[in-house]
Amino acid sequence: MFYRETGQFKSKYREELAAFPLAEDKVGIAILLVIAYVFIPIFGIPGLSYEFTMGAIMIPVFIFTITTLGLNILLGFAGQISLGTGAFMGVGAYSCYKIMTIFPDLNIIICVILSGLVTAVVGMIFGLPSLKIKGFYLIVATLAAQFFLEWAFIRVAWLYNYNDSGGIEGTNKEMFGLIVSGPQSDALTRYFIVLTLLVLLTWLASNVIRGRIGRSWMMIRDMDIAAELIGVRPLTAKLSAFAFSSFYVGISGALMVFFWLGAAEVESFDVSHSFTYLFMVIIGGLGSITGSYMGAALVWVVPVLIKEIGKTVFGFDAFVMENFSIIFLGVAIVVILIVEPHGLARLWQITKQKLRLWPFPY
Amino acid sequence: MSENNSVLMEVKNINLRFGGVVAIQNVSFDIYEGEIRAIIGPNGAGKSSMLNVINGFYHPQEGEVWFNGEKRPSMEPYQIAKTGIARTFQNIALFKGMTTIENVMTGRQLKMNKNFFWQMLRYGPAIEEEVEHRRRCEEIIDFLEINHIRKTPVGALPYGLQKRVELARALAMDPKILLLDEPMAGMNVEEKQDMSRFIIDVNEEFGTTIALIEHDMAVVMDLADRVVVLDYGKLLADGTPTEVQSNQAVIDAYLGVPH
Repeated sequence: MFYRETGQFKSKYREELAAFPLAEDKVGIAILLVIAYVFIPIFGIPGLSYEFTMGAIMIPVFIFTITTLGLNILLGFAGQISLGTGAFMGVGAYSCYKIMTIFPDLNIIICVILSGLVTAVVGMIFGLPSLKIKGFYLIVATLAAQFFLEWAFIRVAWLYNYNDSGGIEGTNKEMFGLIVSGPQSDALTRYFIVLTLLVLLTWLASNVIRGRIGRSWMMIRDMDIAAELIGVRPLTAKLSAFAFSSFYVGISGALMVFFWLGAAEVESFDVSHSFTYLFMVIIGGLGSITGSYMGAALVWVVPVLIKEIGKTVFGFDAFVMENFSIIFLGVAIVVILIVEPHGLARLWQITKQKLRLWPFPY
Repeated sequence: MSENNSVLMEVKNINLRFGGVVAIQNVSFDIYEGEIRAIIGPNGAGKSSMLNVINGFYHPQEGEVWFNGEKRPSMEPYQIAKTGIARTFQNIALFKGMTTIENVMTGRQLKMNKNFFWQMLRYGPAIEEEVEHRRRCEEIIDFLEINHIRKTPVGALPYGLQKRVELARALAMDPKILLLDEPMAGMNVEEKQDMSRFIIDVNEEFGTTIALIEHDMAVVMDLADRVVVLDYGKLLADGTPTEVQSNQAVIDAYLGVPH
């Protein structure tokens, strides 16, 4: 009733190929953007403190959405599985740190993008085994990447400038007279930067996916033999997917350290984080951009909210709530996967299907 | 049906072995430009292996493939696709996660070349290219009468339609030669009639050379201009349908001989 394509005619292919061919979708996205850019900065989320909203919910969710987008490109669109996401975020973070020390005057956004490019190269190198092996065997190969990189983050002291703590730390960085990163930066400034990057990266990803290159990834994912006989070169398709995916993951790693945590050690990039990102992708829905958003939001926000509510409303011990949130998340994952193995994105799709006819049954 | 018999493709003395198993033994035949060439034979005769040799998926130990009057060097399948050879598969090999139109668009993959930068912006050359190839794909979809399932994920389609989408995808490559591996396997009479009609239409309207493997003899005899018969990897007979039908070796291979 409120969401249907009836009556929306397209007379040009170009119009039909647009990102949001339906008027309802355009309105929906516009509303979401207004909420993200105007309402949340002004009003926050009702019932939650401003600091908490920004520092514990919005900024990390946006950053993890970029991670999830990256991993989803690799896993959901190109069908190449990776358990090295945590370490690739580390590559982004450490390389951003190094770029900032080598070029102290360089704009931090450029540093972040450069670190994404560095991660893309590293991801491509660790993606080489995918040319020969698939599935479970590839998991093992990427797990090796994870452990090797973790080792490098500890042992190669050059990466953290030989400091005693063994971690990396952000310093104040200015842009147009505003402190945008570092201990003295305002959460709101960081929020806007992360949000803008997220919107931009989402737009780029959706463009690539709908075009020639995105199709070549999906061809490899669905039927690699047929893809090859149609003329897709597996080498190019797989490595470009690894590079593009790692670009996103690297950017999110750099953002995580310099726009959210402020400082990080190797523990922030360990294999348990890789698993969390994998959960986000699978719960959100493989091969769906909307799903990346939903997965990242659910897996990150639900435990945080449970902890907060338990502490403030019921007065439980933080330690108890920590365990409780883990239990709850585990149960939520199992339930969602039983109800809809294709993730939240599919649920959303089904809802949209229903909305086309609502309130009539058919 | 071709009037001038110019040879488009020729395989010469192909020998293909998998370890000790001899799949194809010294087989040679040619395919004229614009004809429908059928490859028949009992199960395990090496028909599909032959197609796999032609489109480069298998590399024969001995033998040559001549295409367009040139001897083809050893190439990878994706390179051979570029030379204008398209195929469909015995067990449907569509991209299940994609819709019909996306599947057909994958056939245009080789003709598209705009770089990553434009792809990311989906602007300018990239979108122009997309629109241009979309137009051609829509023509093919129209031609094969699958307009109504344009936006349906192919995994949800019935078998007969999936076969047709696969044909559409191969046609979208604008191939010089189209290899069809059992295009009518598992179809009922009506679906077979439809498919035969499309194969003839493709051959006549686009002038595409077609090599097909098929078990339904009635279909083969009606469609094919010339027939190759393989048995146990060896060439048994080669000629027009009527010649092949009356060939004693072929009758023996199909019906068996008393010992």
